[in-house]
Amino acid sequence: MIGSGRVGSAVASGLLAEGWEVTAVDESEDALMRLGPGWRGGFVLGHGMDTGVLEEAGIAGADAAVVATNGDNTNLVIAQVLKQRYEIGTVVVRVLDPARAAFYAERGIHTICPTDKAISELLSAVRASRRSAGEAA
Amino acid sequence: MYVVVAGGGKVGSNVTRTLLKMGHEVTLIEQRPDRFARLEAEFGPVVMRGDATEVHVLERAGIARPPELLLAVTGDDEDNLIISQIGKEGYGVPKAIARVNDPRNQQHFDLLGITQTICATTSILGLVEHEVPQHGLVPLVELRREGLVVAEIQVEGDSPAAGKRVGGIRLPEGSRVITVFRQGRTELVEPSTVVRPGDQLLAVVPKDSVLELRRALLGAPKQMV
Repeated sequence: MIGSGRVGSAVASGLLAEGWEVTAVDESEDALMRLGPGWRGGFVLGHGMDTGVLEEAGIAGADAAVVATNGDNTNLVIAQVLKQRYEIGTVVVRVLDPARAAFYAERGIHTICPTDKAISELLSAVRASRRSAGEAA
Repeated sequence: MYVVVAGGGKVGSNVTRTLLKMGHEVTLIEQRPDRFARLEAEFGPVVMRGDATEVHVLERAGIARPPELLLAVTGDDEDNLIISQIGKEGYGVPKAIARVNDPRNQQHFDLLGITQTICATTSILGLVEHEVPQHGLVPLVELRREGLVVAEIQVEGDSPAAGKRVGGIRLPEGSRVITVFRQGRTELVEPSTVVRPGDQLLAVVPKDSVLELRRALLGAPKQMV
């Protein structure tokens, strides 16, 4: 788990609960607080662009990697390094900018865009409420 | 030539100034409002405000024309990498040059196919070695695409090459000694040129054969003091 903010720490905890062996990487020790006192996974303090940090986190033996630092470009570079240099089969990366998410998705990167998801959720919520208002009238 | 420059710091602004003076068409993209205001006062409509890693900002800068040259020279390596990739892979920009701020990130640029890079730290370190030639052989320029290194070699009295004709020295395949600098003058090297102690040679050598070239001209590396 590269980047252990609100999203990253929750994903890490979720995977750990499902029986995965998880190591979280973050630049800040605050991440350990977010992971909580019950955290049984590994933790490496450092930047995901640093191959030394990745290797300390055991990247060579990883089956999957989730990249969710707070920078889109950082995430996209790390995701490509994980795929191409370490040949990790499953790499999922969070990208907030829809255009960049689409651009890299077309190039075979598995991007998840929370902005796109929020847009479609909000749209469908408004449409649903219009429909139910129409039905009530 | 049309050039898009991403990042208006010291590097970007000076490059823009020079390119404009040379008569080229330039668009300079800068994100920070304070910097943008200063640049706009100097360059006028050449400067555009925005985040050059956003596709619509690049499109407003004319990335789809496409420019003959894209310079990604922000202070952030991830941004420079992504800008270069979007330009080259998304819009067919023929040539992108990226600035590497932290030399440890060079490997990521190489891995992701951004082969034209410039790193001030690495250049300065190269110059330091040039000034303190204790290694005997100093790589001056690396031509990444060609896989070649241009190196300077300082010949000493005990170097195996000293006193030999260049044509008689077994150099690694694909390498060549080009010039010799002696007594304040540079001469082109012929196979008949005799290497003398004190000579500074300039050679082109495949990247993987640098140590072999060193051994051929200077012998085994001396113990560092």
